Amino acid sequence: MNQFEYELAPNVENAVASGRSNGAVFLAGGTNLIDLMKGNLVRPTRLVDINRLPGLDRIEFLPDGGVRIGALVRNSDLAHDPKFARDFPAVAEALLSGASPQLRNAATVAGNVMQRTRCPYFYDAASACNKREPGAGCEARGGHSRLQAILGWSAHCIATHPSDFSVPLVAFDAVVEIDGPQGRRDVALEDFYLLPGNTPERETILAPGELIVAIRLPAQAALFAGHARYLKIRDRTSYAFAVVSAAAGLRIEGDRIVEARLALGGVALKPWRARAAEACLMGRRAGREEFAEASMLALQEARPSGENEFKIELARRLVVRAFERTAIDNTARLSPLPASIVNLTEEIQR
Amino acid sequence: MNKSVNLSINGTRHAVTLDDPRVTLLDLLRERLDLTGTKKGCDRGQCGACTIILNGRRVNSCLTLAVSCGGAEILTIEGLAQGDVLHPVQAAFIEHDAFQCGFCTPGQIMSAVGLIMEGQAGDDEERIREGMSGNLCRCGAYAGITQAVRQAQARMNERERTGEAA
Repeated sequence: MNQFEYELAPNVENAVASGRSNGAVFLAGGTNLIDLMKGNLVRPTRLVDINRLPGLDRIEFLPDGGVRIGALVRNSDLAHDPKFARDFPAVAEALLSGASPQLRNAATVAGNVMQRTRCPYFYDAASACNKREPGAGCEARGGHSRLQAILGWSAHCIATHPSDFSVPLVAFDAVVEIDGPQGRRDVALEDFYLLPGNTPERETILAPGELIVAIRLPAQAALFAGHARYLKIRDRTSYAFAVVSAAAGLRIEGDRIVEARLALGGVALKPWRARAAEACLMGRRAGREEFAEASMLALQEARPSGENEFKIELARRLVVRAFERTAIDNTARLSPLPASIVNLTEEIQR
Repeated sequence: MNKSVNLSINGTRHAVTLDDPRVTLLDLLRERLDLTGTKKGCDRGQCGACTIILNGRRVNSCLTLAVSCGGAEILTIEGLAQGDVLHPVQAAFIEHDAFQCGFCTPGQIMSAVGLIMEGQAGDDEERIREGMSGNLCRCGAYAGITQAVRQAQARMNERERTGEAA
């Protein structure tokens, strides 16, 4: 780990001012940053510790039914907040399916959104990576590509975004509140992330010094409370990143779907909102055939970036499963193995 | 650049002067305070051997900068027993043979203490395994660990119910 200056920021204004300086990075939970620094993959010259910023550790339920989550709320505290888990079950489930309990206790919600890809070539300082060193090349292409992107990738980068939390956030139109040198602004999380294109080193729309202060879920998101799930296919039952994942939500009136939401994780460098799939379910019955049709639309533009063609069919099947489980009323029910595929019959009985 | 940090570790106050901001809580405990019960396995937040209780919650001490911990209350494996009386989780680990080489054991035990405090596991082996997934055991003592956590939790709940001192 390189040497750096450490500074404890007393308030947002000071943090933003310090964060502007060249080589400065914000430190919150540190679960990703310190790991990257130990690997010499990120070499900040200044750490601006934002852990004591006043007022950023609160979950505020808004009068209209939405929620404002302070940037420093820890992943486990949000997931285990009873009202939050009831109103936004897919988000709580996604949080609990990520990392380990120790990491979730330390990691903040804003840090979760800001975490870097786990592409093994990004994580290996000896490999060429356009994210770490623009123009260096991408060794992931033609390399071990099983877990790499199938949507939105470019010749310069085929990595995926690792966050589980961000997937339902994008499905349910979360907004990121940003403070910075030019003042405050709100950005939809879907637009917050950048696809790699020719500049994979640029990952988000944040400018130097800009700091996430909160994440908001709109009131509309809570309307899906009884029919919202996050499902995640992974190589181990627990403590593994997604091969593919899906956040799904349905609003059902009578026997008809009046609104559907779908976002995919593990498929691109950002959570992938599948609007064509959502649109095709409007006014339809919540049945397997309908979901299968939606799954084809969701992966319509997918193409393998290497030896990962299997992920396309896997993602389609996951979409069907996620909607099938979402169609069941899942009010106040959390799986013992969050986001895992368990036997559907058992799930109905639980 | 010297920074002084006040910490309470296992109930004892420590005023620590750090001459380098890179010192992790794990290295501070092991190398500067001689509390070597907390183990360094991967040093990257993957194995859980360094698990401690920081301000009432289990965390990986290898990913925590000591300089960021001013005013913190820390509980390590050394602070668990009351004199010669083992903590219920320690006793259950022995009873269920929940270790072989023992290297991961302090982290397993601290993680189990954290899990029981969090109250999310219930009496459900699946939930216990999920709740302990941040701690790896290369000897593969998982079956014993699961049983030990389950029993310790049941005993601690029973003691709480009957008002007996832990």
